[in-house]
Amino acid sequence: MNIHEYQAKALFEKFGVPVPKGAPATSTEEFITALSGLPDGPTMVKSQIHAGGRGKGTFTDGFKGGVKFCKTKGEAREAAARMLGNTLVTAQTGPAGRKVQTIYFTVASDIKKEYYLAILLDRVASRPVIIASTEGGVEIEKVAHDTPEKLFRVVIDPAYGLADYQVRELIAKLGLTGAEAKNAARLVRALFAFYWETDAAMVEINPLITTPTGEVLALDAKVSFDDNALFRHPEIVALRDFNEEDPKEIEASRHALSYIALDGTIACLVNGAGLAMSTMDIIKHFGGNPANFLDVGGGASKEQVIAAFKIILGDPNVKGIFVNIFGGIMDCNVIATGIVEAVKEVGLKLPLVVRLEGNNVAAGKRTLASSGLTIVSGDTMADAAQKIVKLVA
Amino acid sequence: MAILVNADTKILVQGITGDFGARHARLSLDYGTQVVAGVTPGKGGQFFEHGAHRVPIFNSVADAARATGATVSAIFVPPPFAADAILECADAGLDLAVAITEGIPVKDMIRVKRAMQGRPTRLIGPNCPGVVTPGTGEKSFGGCRIGIAPGYIHQRGHVGVVSRSGTLTYEAVYQLTVKNIGQSTCVGIGGDPVNGTSHLDVVRMFNDDPDTHGIILIGEIGGNAEVEAARWIRANVKKPVAGFIAGATAPAGRRMGHAGAIVGGAEDTAAAKIAVFQECGIEVAVTPSDMADALVRAAQARGVKLS
Repeated sequence: MNIHEYQAKALFEKFGVPVPKGAPATSTEEFITALSGLPDGPTMVKSQIHAGGRGKGTFTDGFKGGVKFCKTKGEAREAAARMLGNTLVTAQTGPAGRKVQTIYFTVASDIKKEYYLAILLDRVASRPVIIASTEGGVEIEKVAHDTPEKLFRVVIDPAYGLADYQVRELIAKLGLTGAEAKNAARLVRALFAFYWETDAAMVEINPLITTPTGEVLALDAKVSFDDNALFRHPEIVALRDFNEEDPKEIEASRHALSYIALDGTIACLVNGAGLAMSTMDIIKHFGGNPANFLDVGGGASKEQVIAAFKIILGDPNVKGIFVNIFGGIMDCNVIATGIVEAVKEVGLKLPLVVRLEGNNVAAGKRTLASSGLTIVSGDTMADAAQKIVKLVA
Repeated sequence: MAILVNADTKILVQGITGDFGARHARLSLDYGTQVVAGVTPGKGGQFFEHGAHRVPIFNSVADAARATGATVSAIFVPPPFAADAILECADAGLDLAVAITEGIPVKDMIRVKRAMQGRPTRLIGPNCPGVVTPGTGEKSFGGCRIGIAPGYIHQRGHVGVVSRSGTLTYEAVYQLTVKNIGQSTCVGIGGDPVNGTSHLDVVRMFNDDPDTHGIILIGEIGGNAEVEAARWIRANVKKPVAGFIAGATAPAGRRMGHAGAIVGGAEDTAAAKIAVFQECGIEVAVTPSDMADALVRAAQARGVKLS
């Protein structure tokens, strides 16, 4: 689960990670109260969406920049008025962009130097890793590729936690000394506490800055949490912003379906994540384009199949459906009955190819064949994929 | 011979009184697997009954192992308690803990993995379909089925299958069985980013197992476990190996059902992994329908008989 920058920074403050003073606002009226809490002078105006590249983004009405430096609070209010309710397109949002529903005002800090700091899972070590760099404010992938010697890694032993010597070494590598070193060490420890205690999946500060007065501040904050751990963090679940999610994905999660919208024309309904991914792949292999990833799970019920059909058909780009079920334990006839009912209930007009294999498959195939519906049957994944690709072409 | 488990392996089921655990304990008993104990704290002394089977339930893994000689556990405990259940297996000194549970927090697994370091207990999973060593009976009955895989699609034989994904494993097994090519052992290592046993661990075991003549290695986007296994195969494995990577069409940065199936960098894309497979002499299945055929091609090229 992702959260907004302003939410992440509020959590940072709770854990003692210093951030520039700021306040969010969701209406032009709130601009005034939010800004009244900030000192006069240079102010940053930041669009709050769950996507990166905001500064270089463009709004659909032509207004440039989802993050703006303003010399005065008056200027900040004008810029915010242009952003709020407007749709911001960035390199990460796709061409549709995201509607900006919250503005975050912060004090524009004096920057002495920019750094990079992140904490995430090192999959090879199966341990948390801190990644830091003297190159902040730029794409970290580029730093990793062009100047890997400027990227420092600290792997943390979960049995002991982050050790003081590890922090000292890291700070030294970043070239920080004196008050800056002391403040940075405190920030790194606080950030790790935040990462560990909130079950974060990733925390990224880009840039982390030093100021002329020796402060160390998180100028930006990008945080995502481990979905599996949300059950023990109701305070984080409360931060979920449904405006940032595809309504079809929200509906799917309500039925315990795992759905991700893509931009193709062939919808897929599959059991199992691995099979669902490879069903998308095989559609592509035979020249089609998958419209979604949809995993109905291992024990799909009739109700889930019906819900899945409705979600799939909510996508106007869909021109055909490919159902691929390997019912190892799951009864294929239950699935077939669900498919038939779903097709009748939604009045399906689009081509439908079904590939059923596994437990009680003969009965399942009979149910499909005797339904009086035009359901094309595929024997193998390859056979079924070729059929649906041909039908939507 | 096979790897990890065989028809004589005695297993216990943690969470045998829950719906999920009970259902699969019954299927394993029907398959002929030696399910000798159940563990549910607070229900010790009761019995799990299924047909003629009367499986004793214990309060702890240690009690169950001591009383029945079980050496392997199948874990069906809900996510908030699953890490604890795995640690309990390690403390009881079991040979193997197979964690079926989906949705265990990553932090719990980071800690469990650290706690198990240096201990003899092997963990498979979590979020995995389990392990099947097919038996010699009709529809492979009489084998050892731990977890949630359909036993009946297997056939006793000489191909080892290792995968992160349940349904893709079934797909591969089914393709083999239809061709009358049996399996030595099929291992689902699970779709989570932190797991107990890697592709490479299983490939090493298959390589050492004289009963395994060929290997199907199924991977997906995210992480570098498949790449690590492929490089080891190039240097050490003479047996024919076929590979498949799911997720070529997955968009970057999105979690595709499995928590581990997310593309982070350039190296963990499907294309990058497929390229490494090809470099390492692994016969790549062009589509998921091609997995068994790919192994047949690899076997023919090396003059190896699979069945």
